[in-house]
Amino acid sequence: MNWDLVTYSFVVGVLASAVRWATPILFAALGEVFTERSGILNLGLEGIMLMGALSGFVGAYNTGSLWAGVLVAAATGMVMGLLMAFVSVTAKANQVVAGLGITILGGGLSTLLFRLFFGLRSKPPTIKTFGTEPIPLLSEIPVLGRMFFSHNVMVYLAFVLVGVGWFVLYRTRYGLALRAVGERPEAVDTRGLNVTRLRYSALMIGGAMAGIGGAYLPLANLGLFWTQMTAGRGFIAVAVVVFSRWDPVRALVGALVFGGAAALQTALQTLEAPIPSELLLMMPYIVTIIVLVGVSRRAEFPSAFAVPYSRGEG
Amino acid sequence: MTTAEQTQSPPQPLINWRGLWQNIVQAALSVVLSLVVGGILLLLSGRNPLEAYESLYYGAFGTTDRFTETLVKATPLLLIAVSVSISFRCQYWNIGAEGQMILGSIFSVWVALNITGLPTLPHLALCFVAGALGGALWSLIAGVLKAYLQANEVITTSMLNYIAVYLLAYLVRGPMIDPGGFNFPQSRLIPDALELPRLVERTRLNASFIVALVAAALVLVFWRSTWGRRTEIVGASRRVAAHVGLNIPRTVLLVAGVSGALTGIAGWGEIFGLHFRLIEEIARGYGTLGIVVALLGGLNPVGMVISAFLFASLVVGGNAMERNANVPFALVDVIQGCVILLVLSRAYLFKRASSS
Repeated sequence: MNWDLVTYSFVVGVLASAVRWATPILFAALGEVFTERSGILNLGLEGIMLMGALSGFVGAYNTGSLWAGVLVAAATGMVMGLLMAFVSVTAKANQVVAGLGITILGGGLSTLLFRLFFGLRSKPPTIKTFGTEPIPLLSEIPVLGRMFFSHNVMVYLAFVLVGVGWFVLYRTRYGLALRAVGERPEAVDTRGLNVTRLRYSALMIGGAMAGIGGAYLPLANLGLFWTQMTAGRGFIAVAVVVFSRWDPVRALVGALVFGGAAALQTALQTLEAPIPSELLLMMPYIVTIIVLVGVSRRAEFPSAFAVPYSRGEG
Repeated sequence: MTTAEQTQSPPQPLINWRGLWQNIVQAALSVVLSLVVGGILLLLSGRNPLEAYESLYYGAFGTTDRFTETLVKATPLLLIAVSVSISFRCQYWNIGAEGQMILGSIFSVWVALNITGLPTLPHLALCFVAGALGGALWSLIAGVLKAYLQANEVITTSMLNYIAVYLLAYLVRGPMIDPGGFNFPQSRLIPDALELPRLVERTRLNASFIVALVAAALVLVFWRSTWGRRTEIVGASRRVAAHVGLNIPRTVLLVAGVSGALTGIAGWGEIFGLHFRLIEEIARGYGTLGIVVALLGGLNPVGMVISAFLFASLVVGGNAMERNANVPFALVDVIQGCVILLVLSRAYLFKRASSS
């Protein structure tokens, strides 16, 4: 193992890379906090992220604008969320299986559309990604500056959305209604609020966020799209939501834990640690299981979680 | 019965003869609609869907060879679907078939290569047991975490899939690599004597097909056993099960173990019937296919035999379609996703359609 590489700058670099690894998961987890608060479990995040990655890439590739890519990804994610809403809220299907269906559909559709758009090429199509834009002053704080304030704009967008998400959830009437509908849908219904519409909106928010999270990979990180490129991040985001106890700020912490595991794994590869790379690559997944186990016993799910609502059958 | 109860109770009784015809019609409609969706996608991209589907059909059924190849593909699909049906009926959402299949393959190949001096039949039987054990143990990791620590099995089993993929990648590049294989990521070949007998000369159809059919038949016996009934009660309602004094954690462990073992056997069948060595692609894509087959088959053995055959033909035909009509195989993945979503919403969709 090459310890000489471990300098101050290297360590801070690893911490900063943890934040970048965390960002796509954070987007998806923030949206899923809203979805699960409304009483719906959306296990389709993985498929929605893949559709976001594909559509974000295609959008940016065709318009030449990365922000257009982000918007297309959000819209695509929203449509996927709408589909999940139809199956789980309107058709009242089992949400676990519906989520798997969305994941399988998203995986297949993103691969198929990529092939239909670009065909088989010897060199894959690429786009130029969001560049690093350090925030003046803040980025000069020791350690924290490079860790949090020397990134691409999508990372900052995720931070801002943590605050926005917290505000909407705890300080607006909509947030109150959303939290109520996950606990006592019948009470919300008798107050004259539309349970179905609230849950649809939550799934569309969750879908849009997962779409943006997926788009982060091609637009801000890799400049490429490939089949199944999200590699389980959608499922990891669901685990982050359990860790967060359905709170946007704690979701940031949770996402950083997984980002940290991923960053450590790449750092160990760089340091030529005497561990085969295949085993290092397992690390984020093992950490996910360990953390999930750690928090699951204490987790208090919304009372009406994963239960379809039908009027007058309480 | 209210709609809410319908969706919360386990999918259907094992063989519901009254609803069977309706189920078949709705399942068939779901598949046809999914094919139409796929066709529209092709049309939008400027391709001829009829040409694509013709190529798919010919690829799956065109010649005797193609047809036996469809049965070859149906073998692991049926085994995994049977595994999925057991866990899903218990409302234990094991989606870890890919990982369990990989571990079954690793265990059985290890026994084939490293245990010597046994007569052929006991050796083959030992490989079979090792395969089942590998799948069961991998599955039990998630089972134990669920039963005693309430860790969501969808997440743990999907994480275990990724871990298993990397474990296999490590083994076929490191400890188990074929020394004479020019560094190609694969293990040594298993001894010739352990290869499963062919059912039809000069095709790849082999004895593991029979094993899959036997498993589908045996699962009927399982559901009629005490353990099967307990599983079904726990699946219908954890509260009722606890009320009548059933041990829920133990039932979850049983379900995790049995379903993992069946998937491990699927891995054994692929190795000893087809590949004769560990390769990285051994389980790729089978996890989701198994779930789709199980759901389309209404989680009952007869339905799953039919839908395993159907999806095997889509896979074999889809590969031919990619080669001959230059239509991406991913079309088959899209059809899978559509089938799940349609099967799930069929009660709502088709009730509407027939009442209006």
